[in-house]
Amino acid sequence: MRGFLKVFLLLAMAGAAVFWYLTEPKVLDAQSLPTTPGDVEKGKYIFYASGCASCHAAPDAKGEEKLALAGGHAFKTPFGTFYAPNISPDEEDGIGGWSDVDFVNAVMRGVSPDGQHYYPAFPYMSYQRMNVQEVIDLKAYMDTLPAVKSQVPDHDLPLPFRFRRGLGAWKFLFMDNKPFKAVQGASDAVNRGAYLVTGPGHCGECHTPRNLLGGPETDWQLAGGPAPEGKGVISNITPHRDGIGDWSEADIASSLETGFTPSYDTFGGSMVAVQENMAHLSAEDRAAIAAYLKSVEPRPSRWKERKPEK
Amino acid sequence: MHILSKFAAVTALTVMSTTSFAADDPIAARQNIMKNVGAAMKAAGAMATGKAEYDALAAELAVRTINSSAIGFPMFFPKGSETGGDTEAAPAIWSDMEGFSKSSAQLATDSATATEAAKGGMDTFKGAFFAMAKNCKACHEKFRIKKN
Repeated sequence: MRGFLKVFLLLAMAGAAVFWYLTEPKVLDAQSLPTTPGDVEKGKYIFYASGCASCHAAPDAKGEEKLALAGGHAFKTPFGTFYAPNISPDEEDGIGGWSDVDFVNAVMRGVSPDGQHYYPAFPYMSYQRMNVQEVIDLKAYMDTLPAVKSQVPDHDLPLPFRFRRGLGAWKFLFMDNKPFKAVQGASDAVNRGAYLVTGPGHCGECHTPRNLLGGPETDWQLAGGPAPEGKGVISNITPHRDGIGDWSEADIASSLETGFTPSYDTFGGSMVAVQENMAHLSAEDRAAIAAYLKSVEPRPSRWKERKPEK
Repeated sequence: MHILSKFAAVTALTVMSTTSFAADDPIAARQNIMKNVGAAMKAAGAMATGKAEYDALAAELAVRTINSSAIGFPMFFPKGSETGGDTEAAPAIWSDMEGFSKSSAQLATDSATATEAAKGGMDTFKGAFFAMAKNCKACHEKFRIKKN
């Protein structure tokens, strides 16, 4: 019996050690970063490509107000309510005083400067694919935005999810920390679109459904599904007839510029803010996004009730 | 001015007659109105973007349709019509009826401007059309939830 207890204790300790090892935040070190200083103008472009203001501006901010990244927007999800933090350059309430490597690790690894995991409501799963230099450019631009004071509430989560270390296990399951990889043989436009959609644009964060653990269902990439917030649905943006199969590349590019769909309906909900960011991109980049979306595997909308086909 | 007031009378009558229909099924009524707006946008949009040849009468008819749809539109959202019939109306309409009515009134104003601008030729119309078109998205951002 005493032998059994010893074995049990040893196994438990080994398990704890493995858990501790696996859940340890994985970060990039300062030496591995490119040495070119951030470029403000390029960073401004990345700011729109990656849609920072859509979540981090104060709720209902319009126009210029969207550049004050005071946070406070509430995201009611099945895992609890998340509040977008202040990421303005304010020293106390925001991220003023962060180094480049702090910022890169927050954005691309989901790890705070003091080594805590961020929740994946922050789309680092997509941002991990970004070009590191572009993230440094982004920081240079964000440093020029107004510093604002704001007190954002703590995330309101049920007990098991309050334990941030556990997010290391989530990352172990779903996150690979790999950079964007261009597809051999695909056109430059398709690869550029793939980078924008899967990296900074983080389209899949909403348009790819999530499993019970909140990880992406990669077999259903970009196929949409019931919206995690509210009672609506997230559109299928694959070239299936349930999605955007009957949209031309020009239709897609034009909808991202104007907000109108080919049938002169409009985008609604949070897609309005996304579209307004996409309108800041170059026409070539919107065309690249369209080319990529038309190139992905068509997938049906599995949540749709179907009448048997005759 | 005489013709305009005639149009206003016709519009008011249309709204009144559709309201009695709306009492039976406000969800179907407002969905039909939005379909008309969509068709009108398609026609006006094709001209404003140069995809179709500009026709002042067609342009005016299109934006007038939008104008008559916008006037009194919130009447089609009575209490009790929050759910059912595949409605994509967001709960925010009822929690913020004032804001919703304001959005709808803004569309009425901007479509009335576009109706006047339609007579001034393509270049005048274009600007007024896009100013009006902004309303669609602004309202859908807050007050519609996509269901398909």
